[in-house]
Amino acid sequence: MRIPLEWLSDYVDLPMPARELAHRLTMLGLEAEAIEGSDWSGVRVGLVTKVEPHPYADRLRLATVEAGDGEHTVVCGAPNVAAGQKIAYAEIGARLVDGHSGEPMVLKAAKIRGVESVGMVCSERELGISDKHEGILVLPEDAPVGTPLSQYLATSVIETTPTPNRLDHFSVVGTAHEVAAISDQAVRSPGDSYPTDGEPAAELATVEIEDPDLCARYVATIVRGVKVGPSPDWMQRRLTAAGMRPINNVVDITNYVMLEFGQPLHAFDYDKLRGHQVIARRARAGESMITLDGVRRDLDSETVVIADAERPLVIAGIFGGEDAEVSDTTTNVLLEAANFNAVSTRKSVARYGLKTESAVRFERGVSPAMPPTAARRATALFVELCGGIAAPGMIDVYPGRQPMAPVDATDKRLMQVLGVALPRDQVSAVLTGLGFDVERIVDGFRVTPPPWRTDVKMADDVAEEVARIVGYDELPTRTLSGRLPRFEPNERDFREKVRRGLVAAGLQEVITYSMTNLDELKRVLPAGELEVRPPLKLLNPLSSLHELARTTLRASILRTLSGNLRQVQGPVAIFEIAAVYWPRTDDLPEERERAVGAIAGRSLDRWGREAEPVDFFSAKGALESLLAGLHIAAEWSPGKDHALLPGRVAAIKSGEHELGVLGQLDPKIAASFELDEDVFLFELDIETLRLAAPARVVAQPVVRFPTVTRDLALIVDRDIESERIRRILVQNRLVVSARVFDVYEGEGVPAGKKSIAFSVTFQAPDHTLTDEEVDRAQAGIVGRLERELGASLRA
Amino acid sequence: MAILDDLKQIESQALGELASAADEGGIDDWRIRYLGRKQGRLTNILAQLPSLPIEERRDAGAGVNRVKNALESALEERQRQLLDEKIHAAARDAIDVTLPGRPLPRGRLHPVTQTLDDILDAFREMGFQVSEGPEVEWDHYNFEMLRIPRHHPARDMWDTLWVDYERDGEHPMLLRTHTSPNQIRIMEKTEPPIRVVVPGRCYRYEATDATHEWMMTQVEGLAVDEGISFAEFKGTLYEFARRVFGKDRKVRFRCDYFPFVEPGAEMSIDCFLCGGKGCRVCGDGWIEIMGAGMVHREILENMGYDAERYTGFAFGLGVERVCLLRNSVEDIRLFYQNDLRFLEQF
Repeated sequence: MRIPLEWLSDYVDLPMPARELAHRLTMLGLEAEAIEGSDWSGVRVGLVTKVEPHPYADRLRLATVEAGDGEHTVVCGAPNVAAGQKIAYAEIGARLVDGHSGEPMVLKAAKIRGVESVGMVCSERELGISDKHEGILVLPEDAPVGTPLSQYLATSVIETTPTPNRLDHFSVVGTAHEVAAISDQAVRSPGDSYPTDGEPAAELATVEIEDPDLCARYVATIVRGVKVGPSPDWMQRRLTAAGMRPINNVVDITNYVMLEFGQPLHAFDYDKLRGHQVIARRARAGESMITLDGVRRDLDSETVVIADAERPLVIAGIFGGEDAEVSDTTTNVLLEAANFNAVSTRKSVARYGLKTESAVRFERGVSPAMPPTAARRATALFVELCGGIAAPGMIDVYPGRQPMAPVDATDKRLMQVLGVALPRDQVSAVLTGLGFDVERIVDGFRVTPPPWRTDVKMADDVAEEVARIVGYDELPTRTLSGRLPRFEPNERDFREKVRRGLVAAGLQEVITYSMTNLDELKRVLPAGELEVRPPLKLLNPLSSLHELARTTLRASILRTLSGNLRQVQGPVAIFEIAAVYWPRTDDLPEERERAVGAIAGRSLDRWGREAEPVDFFSAKGALESLLAGLHIAAEWSPGKDHALLPGRVAAIKSGEHELGVLGQLDPKIAASFELDEDVFLFELDIETLRLAAPARVVAQPVVRFPTVTRDLALIVDRDIESERIRRILVQNRLVVSARVFDVYEGEGVPAGKKSIAFSVTFQAPDHTLTDEEVDRAQAGIVGRLERELGASLRA
Repeated sequence: MAILDDLKQIESQALGELASAADEGGIDDWRIRYLGRKQGRLTNILAQLPSLPIEERRDAGAGVNRVKNALESALEERQRQLLDEKIHAAARDAIDVTLPGRPLPRGRLHPVTQTLDDILDAFREMGFQVSEGPEVEWDHYNFEMLRIPRHHPARDMWDTLWVDYERDGEHPMLLRTHTSPNQIRIMEKTEPPIRVVVPGRCYRYEATDATHEWMMTQVEGLAVDEGISFAEFKGTLYEFARRVFGKDRKVRFRCDYFPFVEPGAEMSIDCFLCGGKGCRVCGDGWIEIMGAGMVHREILENMGYDAERYTGFAFGLGVERVCLLRNSVEDIRLFYQNDLRFLEQF
């Protein structure tokens, strides 16, 4: 909310400069920023003397502006510019806000479609007053030409951002109460007394509330003989500075008092109220009305309307209609100050898409204690500014009356919450300063909040009131002491080990969006998977790219790989650990954590130049490093995966646990991600890894007797995997390790066979092996290899 | 005595050969040849001693020992010479130490993960445990139980991505907008004392720009026990700020509103870039870090806790924002664009 300081100072003396005041308000819970009027350097009140068409552009016009220093021709695109208007004229060099970007700018001389524009006629947005940019700001007729705008509008303004719980912060008087509380003053209430004459209001109209749950209170006053016209200059200036457009004196007064007290008001043309009746009720089936924006709206039974004897006139608390609106010919006014239900207001706002200043206040819950105060104030202004005669009394229908319940705040509770026993006098003074009625009780305070405060309902709310006025930073600060919670085991820790294991293996972690789209999923999922496991869909996705909860991380990784491969020298090795979302019937999805990674590109030589391409075994090395770090004994065997090339896929298992797969990406899938190099993709299931990992590491003694290493070159059938040979080798009790160091096919090796060489290490736990022992062991092994695999020693 | 002649001859031959032994291998061969315990020539002679006539034995023994000592010290000297030569050779043939090392693959954690680790560590040191919850949540946990009812303007504080799932005419499933629902999930199954931090991905229906992303990582914290007041709340967050942003950090608390806390607060730290003087990043010298407050009494009561006995505090902060600030990252969207040229800087 924009609060002109000049207005605020009607109710409270400003105890400090605007900037400091904004800071103090921010600290006590009302975020505020001082906007100094001097921002408008180079902007003066101008008079439009002439408007002509632009010679080369249909939608632009040339306005001649008298700005106190002669006439200037300005190119103007605003539809509402007209001769005779007083406007805000900005000269070259003026400091403004860019109407499109909202960024500060300095106005420069410019030719617009061939015509030099000497300065500019400003919109509210360009002046930083509001977001309105559809037309120029039109000033009151008596604005003196040539006067600097900052001087004319006298608007040092603080712009506040009230929180949803503080309706009182949506008003100038409510803000004044905060200022008073921090500066030890009392708020000066706006004048609300007025003379009355004639028939009492209660005899001129009837008010009826059909649905007290939706309309708790309806107050009406009646003023006869008003002259509708422009409101006085000071009121127009204040409304403009607050970001509202002046309309006429009657409407301006309702807006003015709404800004003053936070209580929305509505003025009806009394003579257009059929039967002089006002009924607050739900709309009936089939009813419709034309709202002030000229739109006919069909109403439903959830909508609260204000109707007369025959028809709905207003969407209650939100938007007026054309039928009983105040017009230039109105002479008698019925003023409404009512209280509408917050939830119902909010629903209607959503239903009709009308978020008005009034609705913003009602949906936050206006206090039902406020209508009489606001009605009196507005009526006094009608009498003062519109020349009207007020009917005696007010109609006050209040079926939804709720007693203002006092709140007990005990010393004990205040101490328990704030951590300090504040002096009772200090607590009492703070609350009184805020307008609370404070009564001392034996063990604390009995506090009755003022009518404009709807948010204080319990002792802790009182504690906050005290704390925020005293200042949060003035309260003590202590580190935690006391009991520590019992340890709860956490599956997260294991996943973090996996994450670090992959990093240690040389992979870069990436984090990608959890939401994806059908096109990406289709590229990586097997046929039929989308039907078997249809992904969760968002109701309101931000874009069609992110409308499905992903059921695989593969697409995200491949897209990330593709985006990087061309940018980076050397291999790209990336991974992500994240949940995939597997839908369940009538329940939250299963969030299954996966580690998916991809490796592609070329490894680097000694000089950091790209050397040979990475291959399956580059990726396997990384996973072996990970699994060794997790102490998982993994078995690798030929595997199958719809996205990976047959003959280039390994299934990774540990006992009965199927940990995942690694393989070369199907080139067709690769191409769909614009990848034309060999890509090696792996996917591991975090939970399965966790189950496969040993609970503890069992240390083996280090054998101190020497080892003997023999090289063993074998000729075997081509399709015998090295792992089968290795397993036989290590089954010998003297063999402690066996490692492949050469695989060869070609000259010297029969067709269909391969030569495979192992380096085999022998060791006994309890003595130094003799050559004879090793020979015997080796002969035994070779015999077994011959029998079981048809292997022969290479000559 | 023939033995003494032999010794002389062995000595001169050995010294000659030693001088020409050019490396460790040559020296080792030489040592085995002359001093070796099995077949060394001197050892062989020593072995002959018992067969000598008694009167020759002493002189021969002394001779063997003398030659043995001479050879051993010559060996030592030669070894020293060789090492000296190696040292000189290194100096003569200096390598260019400015040449690059052999490239090794180096993995890195994503900067958001690194930042998250620092944040969690800070709280772990104060006795908080880490817990997690689902990213796809029920309205019940994300809003209702946190005192953010349907049709309440407070809902506007969290623009929500809803899941296309309908039950009883409502859409009760959503992508969590904060990790705060885990407050409720934890209190449902635990009794005080509670000290827990909840990291995780959150989602907002929000247009992206340099400081806003629709996916973000949040850390929510909760402490509930007897004797936890606003003072402990402030102290804990102050310690957090010192651990993560530097030990000289100052903090500032202002009143703010979140439906699930009362009193509610927002914490700022003094700007570590300008030292609180005011700069392009902080504006007025202070940087807002997190929203927080004392857990709303009604929430404790709804959990079945004795709210007269137990109080607590809760807080929530955005990990990306911390990283943005600490590492001078200009655009929050860089985090999830995953350009390696960006990620490799961390």
